[in-house]
Amino acid sequence: MSRYKELTKKISSYFTKDKDKTKSKFKRFIFGMRFTDGFAYKLIIYLMLFGLGYIYLYPLMYMISYSFMTMTDIIDVSVNWIPTKFTLENYRLVWEAINYPRAFLDAIILAGLPALSATISSALIGYGFAKYDFPFKKTLMVLMILTFIIPPQVTMMPTFRMYARYDLLGSIKTFIYPAILGQGFNGAIYILIFYSFFRMIPNSLMESAQLDGAGPVKIFMKIAIPLAVPAIIIVFLFSFVWYYNETYLSGLFLRDSNMLTLPLRVQQYIDSYASLYPEGSLASELMQSAKLAGNILTILPLLVLFFFTQKYFVEAIDKTGITGE
Amino acid sequence: MTKFIDKMKSLLKKVKVFFVKVYLNVKNFYKNIIAKNVSKFFSIITHNKVLNMSYTEIILFNKFKIKRTNKRRAAFIGLSFIFLWIVGYLIFSFYPVFYSFFLSLHKVKLDGSDIQTQFKWFNNYRAAFLSDPYFVEILINYALSMILNVPVTIVFALIIALLINQDIRGKGVWKTIFFLPVIIASGPVIRELMAQGATTLPSIDEYGFIEMVVNNVGEFLARPIQALFDQILYVLWFAGIQILIFLAGLQKIDKSIYEASMIDGASPWESFWKITLPSIKPLITISVIYTVVSMSVFSLNEVIVYIQGKMFATITDALTNGYGYVATLAWVYFIVMALIILIFVGVLNIRGRKAK
Repeated sequence: MSRYKELTKKISSYFTKDKDKTKSKFKRFIFGMRFTDGFAYKLIIYLMLFGLGYIYLYPLMYMISYSFMTMTDIIDVSVNWIPTKFTLENYRLVWEAINYPRAFLDAIILAGLPALSATISSALIGYGFAKYDFPFKKTLMVLMILTFIIPPQVTMMPTFRMYARYDLLGSIKTFIYPAILGQGFNGAIYILIFYSFFRMIPNSLMESAQLDGAGPVKIFMKIAIPLAVPAIIIVFLFSFVWYYNETYLSGLFLRDSNMLTLPLRVQQYIDSYASLYPEGSLASELMQSAKLAGNILTILPLLVLFFFTQKYFVEAIDKTGITGE
Repeated sequence: MTKFIDKMKSLLKKVKVFFVKVYLNVKNFYKNIIAKNVSKFFSIITHNKVLNMSYTEIILFNKFKIKRTNKRRAAFIGLSFIFLWIVGYLIFSFYPVFYSFFLSLHKVKLDGSDIQTQFKWFNNYRAAFLSDPYFVEILINYALSMILNVPVTIVFALIIALLINQDIRGKGVWKTIFFLPVIIASGPVIRELMAQGATTLPSIDEYGFIEMVVNNVGEFLARPIQALFDQILYVLWFAGIQILIFLAGLQKIDKSIYEASMIDGASPWESFWKITLPSIKPLITISVIYTVVSMSVFSLNEVIVYIQGKMFATITDALTNGYGYVATLAWVYFIVMALIILIFVGVLNIRGRKAK
């Protein structure tokens, strides 16, 4: 009898133990152990990521889907995301209205040349700030950061007058001159990127070059620049994108000229259409998809650029250590 | 099919070879021509009769000698590197700031292309606050929306950065998605999206969430919340750079600190508040400043649209018009913006002192 009891005890204990084991295994799988994450945790993370990703991508998807819709699809409430018939008509309309190839070329030049000059000048300036000590260095750096904080509205009026007096308005010069003097759009950020990047290059490298007889210019050209290639790419990309997207200043300085940025040109087209047909009329509502197609055409070059260079964009702040201050 | 693929492959190879050639050419060109000539040019500048620079002293016109210490030399070189910036600062930043302040104290009349100014002390500022029917209201709206939007942006950026920093699959893809707005957020595109109602999430409206808030909390609190949800996307789209800043900061935190705290029995929640947040606190300040600035200078900002409208107003005789008045508005706007930044930074620092 006692033996039988013992046996049942053993068996039951065996089973409960096993049950505990599976339970704990399950628990471990769901909630994770000390140093690994559980399934529930992962699930929550991915759910949040997908939710936020949806929020971020929503406008883009909205634009893309609506830009392919025909007029009937837009009026039809039952058509939500996928158009019943894909049409390129909207794109054709905008393409012809703004003469896209020409506008595209203009936009590339308008963004590319100032971006290039901003890159060159901010490399020089950032190097000067990073590697040399001189009186009032701290003051100058504070002033530089202040130029980023002061909104363009404060300085816009006198700048506008100044450009008008020197006949710089309506041409690409309005962007190149400030950019080459390190005062371009968001110029302080580019200088700060180069500043923190050059600070990471060890001084001993430059000292050894100096011992070998290289002057400061030679050191800059032969050592600093080749080492700063990632920073150069990053600054160029950022300034390109920012100049490309800039509409406030370019809208002001380039008005009435025949060289407009792409966003401005599309805007002009939309405005001219809106003046033809008053808001709320059927025709203006039907233009929705054409407007969105115009916007897609505007951001398409940037999307392509971003697709090929996203590594640099995304790692930009990592690599340059803009946060290292 | 295979033939086609082979063809494409060879074509791609050719393209690659072409690009490599271009790259090599550019590299050689830089090495042999640009770099050499630049150094030659500078050596000519520094060794002539007017200015002769030897290692220990500078001789001007073969007469005046200036001793070169290492410190002086470094200062000179450094200043000449940032010479471009100093010139640019004086022309494009200092002069306009100074001049716009000058204008804001004057009544400005345009006479053709000439400007006639009349000194009026702070009349323009008084007009901005007392006579202008819209400006104060717009400014208050702007300040309220800033105080609401900036923390939301920062919190969301922090959440997203923390999420991406986890051990997840496809980190690059997620980073790309959350950085996308920085690439495509230009004025007209966002204006169009706002006009079409694509910056509000339809699903939030559909479930009557906002109505629920209005019914339960009351009008006063509900309105800002509603405004927030109306443009939640617009707010989130400003978080791209901040996410990257936070991410870079998070990756710099030493992992062994977390392990040590875990062994001592800290929960992830605790380690977030006691390790993660304190170590990225300086970055929060940077992101707050960046967020306020980028939201304030964005071309669809109410105040900016108002100021721009004033600038090109046709009637220049009225008290609340003209260049001087516009300069005043801009200065008031800047002061309010600076105050907002100061408030945020101050709040962050007070909390920090208590934690210590």
